[in-house]
Amino acid sequence: MAAETEKDPVTGTETTGHEWDGIKELNTPLPRWWIIIFWLTVIWSGLYYIVYPTFPGWKGIWDYTARKDVSVEMKEVQAGRAEWLNKLAAASIEDIGKDGELLAFAMAGGRAAFADNCAPCHGSGGAGGPGYPNLLDDDWIWGGTLENIQTTVTHGIRWAQDDDTRMSDMPRFGVDEMLDKSQISAVADHVLSLSSGGAAEGEGAEIFAENCAACHGESGQGNAELGAPRLSDAIWLYGGDKAAIVETITKARRGVMPSWGGRLDEVTIKQLAVYVHSLGGGQ
Amino acid sequence: MFIKHSTIEKKPLLLLVLIILTISIGGLVEIVPLYTVETTIERVEGVRPYTPLEQMGRNIYVREGCYLCHSQMIRPFRDEVERYGHYSLAAESMYDHPFQWGSKRTGPDLARVGGKYSNEWHVAHIMDPRAVVPESIMPSYPFMTRELGIEDIQAHLETLRMVGVPYDDEMIANAAADLAAQADPEADHDGLLARYPKAVVGNIDGDPARVTELDALVAYLQMLGTLVDFADVDPSSLEQ
Repeated sequence: MAAETEKDPVTGTETTGHEWDGIKELNTPLPRWWIIIFWLTVIWSGLYYIVYPTFPGWKGIWDYTARKDVSVEMKEVQAGRAEWLNKLAAASIEDIGKDGELLAFAMAGGRAAFADNCAPCHGSGGAGGPGYPNLLDDDWIWGGTLENIQTTVTHGIRWAQDDDTRMSDMPRFGVDEMLDKSQISAVADHVLSLSSGGAAEGEGAEIFAENCAACHGESGQGNAELGAPRLSDAIWLYGGDKAAIVETITKARRGVMPSWGGRLDEVTIKQLAVYVHSLGGGQ
Repeated sequence: MFIKHSTIEKKPLLLLVLIILTISIGGLVEIVPLYTVETTIERVEGVRPYTPLEQMGRNIYVREGCYLCHSQMIRPFRDEVERYGHYSLAAESMYDHPFQWGSKRTGPDLARVGGKYSNEWHVAHIMDPRAVVPESIMPSYPFMTRELGIEDIQAHLETLRMVGVPYDDEMIANAAADLAAQADPEADHDGLLARYPKAVVGNIDGDPARVTELDALVAYLQMLGTLVDFADVDPSSLEQ
């Protein structure tokens, strides 16, 4: 290895002075643009280190935190919406519909909150599914007035963590051996017949009158006070064939809806109630 | 100004000194902050270690790679805070080994999914997401009706204690009993709830006879983000 550098006659570049078996290495300098960017990044990282909170105890000269930024931004957003939010908070839920602009604001907020929080169970359009009520029709288990809906959303249904949650526990007539299989079959037939007026007599009618009518009503018209669904229509939450009804009577269903009072604020729940009420079946 | 590279290469002692100098700076920058990590954990009330059942559910969450599509990290941005709730705190994942913050959201963030849906919904959704959310592209996990492997639950808690999760002797001694109690609607839950406040107890998956993987996973999902009551937290104390 010779340490002598020389100018390569072909390229005009200096060699490194390294030589292996007669092969010499050119000492081609790095491109100037590369060197400039390299040093700029080094300077950038130094400045970054000073400006931002990079090291424990060092808050940076701009005193930046994303958390402070977001709380400032959220306050601005709240202030921007305050006029309408305050109006909504002050208005009784029945009065919201009387003010067109207020209603539009409530509907927009309700639609957004519905898509995020309610759609996973009730469907993005509110059509529900097996076990999750359709919100587009006028068949309400717990009542379909604005106030009913507001209460349901606030406290949920059978939601153990909320003391004011809506509670109704249909007995498990089969599991707890209150009725035997043939009785359940008979009363299921009677329940099916309710949609077309209902048979006045027979074993099923008797069992229904003794066991079911107290909550669901003599003709199966339901009772929203008790959360007892109407049985005299063709709308079924868990299926309207005999097998599904037999299973409901045997095991009871006891569907659960979370309480939203702890997660959403009151105004958002009002907006949701107005939105859901408007979907088609509000009473 | 600079010592020539050829000089450094030829003087081993100088080379050694310079290597130690370089590594020291790197170490200072990268390792020293780890010793102060406790100062970055917010002092908030309510965060507790996972119950044995939740911990097993968490293991399933890790096993199935849920974090590949679901993050558990609500960032301090307006759009996230408005959608998911209060931004995540370091304190809320301080007992996570490994943490599941994730960086990919094919599905929604799950940091505060606890209490958002019913147990029944979670079970139906895990078994077949399309059954409840027609537009979902999440895979189905119908095999999770199988029995949960629970033989090593005590060892799991002991291992976590070794890496700093404050399970006390009582928690470890009761691990198997707590696990069974949480999924049993008939059991006495007082001890469990005293040790682990806010745990979701009862017949989680609709099959009270067996403790299934669904029980564990849903128990875990239902507590995510529910431990800290932000009504009690002074917002300015978080803006360090």
